[in-house]
Amino acid sequence: MNAPAHGSVGGARKLDPAKAIYDQTVAAESPWSHVIKRGQTLRIVDVESQQAVDALFYNAHDHAERYSTQDTLRVQRAAYLSAGTELVSSEGRTMARIVADTCGRHDTSAGCCSCESNAVRFGEATKYQHACRENFIAELGRHGMTKRDIVSNINFFMNVPIDASGNFTVVDGVSEPGGYIDIVADMDVLCVLSNCPQINNPCNGFDPTPIRVLIWDAPTD
Amino acid sequence: MPNDDKRAAIAANRMRYEALRAEGQGAAVRALPPLTPIDQLLAQDAIIHREIVPGGWYWTVTVARGQGLRIVNRRGSSSVSMIAWNATDRSERINCADTVKVQWSAALRKGRLILTDMGRVAWSITEDTSGAHDALAGGSTAASNRTTHGEGPYRNTRDNFVAAAAKLGLDRRDIPPCITFFAPVGVSADGSFSWDEGKRRAGDFVDLRAEQNLVVALSNCPHPLDPATAYAPAPVEIILYRAEPARLDDPCRTASVEAKRAFEFTDRVFLK
Repeated sequence: MNAPAHGSVGGARKLDPAKAIYDQTVAAESPWSHVIKRGQTLRIVDVESQQAVDALFYNAHDHAERYSTQDTLRVQRAAYLSAGTELVSSEGRTMARIVADTCGRHDTSAGCCSCESNAVRFGEATKYQHACRENFIAELGRHGMTKRDIVSNINFFMNVPIDASGNFTVVDGVSEPGGYIDIVADMDVLCVLSNCPQINNPCNGFDPTPIRVLIWDAPTD
Repeated sequence: MPNDDKRAAIAANRMRYEALRAEGQGAAVRALPPLTPIDQLLAQDAIIHREIVPGGWYWTVTVARGQGLRIVNRRGSSSVSMIAWNATDRSERINCADTVKVQWSAALRKGRLILTDMGRVAWSITEDTSGAHDALAGGSTAASNRTTHGEGPYRNTRDNFVAAAAKLGLDRRDIPPCITFFAPVGVSADGSFSWDEGKRRAGDFVDLRAEQNLVVALSNCPHPLDPATAYAPAPVEIILYRAEPARLDDPCRTASVEAKRAFEFTDRVFLK
């Protein structure tokens, strides 16, 4: 196993978009889901830059097994995600791994935005703004799941440094236009995304934008 | 490109965010109460129940709004992981991400809150001798025990929580990330986790005041980042007691604008 290159950019890969079996733009503020089969590569492209993408993963054959933030961080013994990170499930298995990353740092401790947490953070006037949890509830519902199936997610392209005093801050994203992350599935996983609608903090540059999602089949020898 | 109106809205939202951040990581931190002296006793007549949880085991308990739960690290080598659910709607449960995000800090300690996913307060941390708790790295698992302790009949927090959840009518789908008390986990500049054993002492305790009616699972297993390789979990003591409700001037309630709002949203549920 290669050592994870935390905090670094790595693993640039030559994948031809023309050969992708799936290539879709996800509009700003919208949900998305798709099964990524074992061996397939999922690419999420931050088209215009500084766009947080909230992500959850479920074993496609047993939704009770799902991505686990705390297991993932414990296994790599570090707080941020980047090339080399294995995405570990609640059952301690590797669901997928990050194999390429042009950004270098992604969050998995800050969770998704919700109407309810927005009201606490930014005042009750923000309660009726669209939020990632609304997207997750809608998209999970298509797969027979509910709010109780929402666990702490990954926030791709979201920059949340934690300092020595514990200060925990969502700061401006560092992703460039066209930046991407490649994830290879180690099992058949249902990936559920929310293209984050948050306008009250810097995770989207206060201005949500579209993303692009591509899937490639496993390379054949 | 954004038009002028949008640019103005973006500027206003950024200004509000930076003002909240300055407050939340400045004045709100300076106003936190000092840690509790380790010899501070509970009034005997307030104690409802005292439970000794053996090393490696778990316990479930119902805690009513206004009651307190003291967790005592008797030998100083223990870590205790916790999940709590709203007793009347168990789809509402503690949310580690919102807890640290809303309070601008991963450093849980006296004066801080543990929030649910519904923007309400589950617990106030009313007393705390160590200020060394973890909301990031979670509890032990069968795999983490193998890594740290090798093969053996070692109990772990994940399996404890699955069993505890079953006894509360819940299952694997209901288990969110947990908070672990007496787990001095830090984050280094490069993102790697550290462990500061000097922040644990025999007799350390933390007091949690329930701000809504909760069902609670506690697991007494070594934290997966605890460097001790011998699996030797000690018993911990848990005390359920009658506490004073959070008054309007309670330091947990007045700690920040975010805390005030979370309390307000919680109180609403109980207005008669």
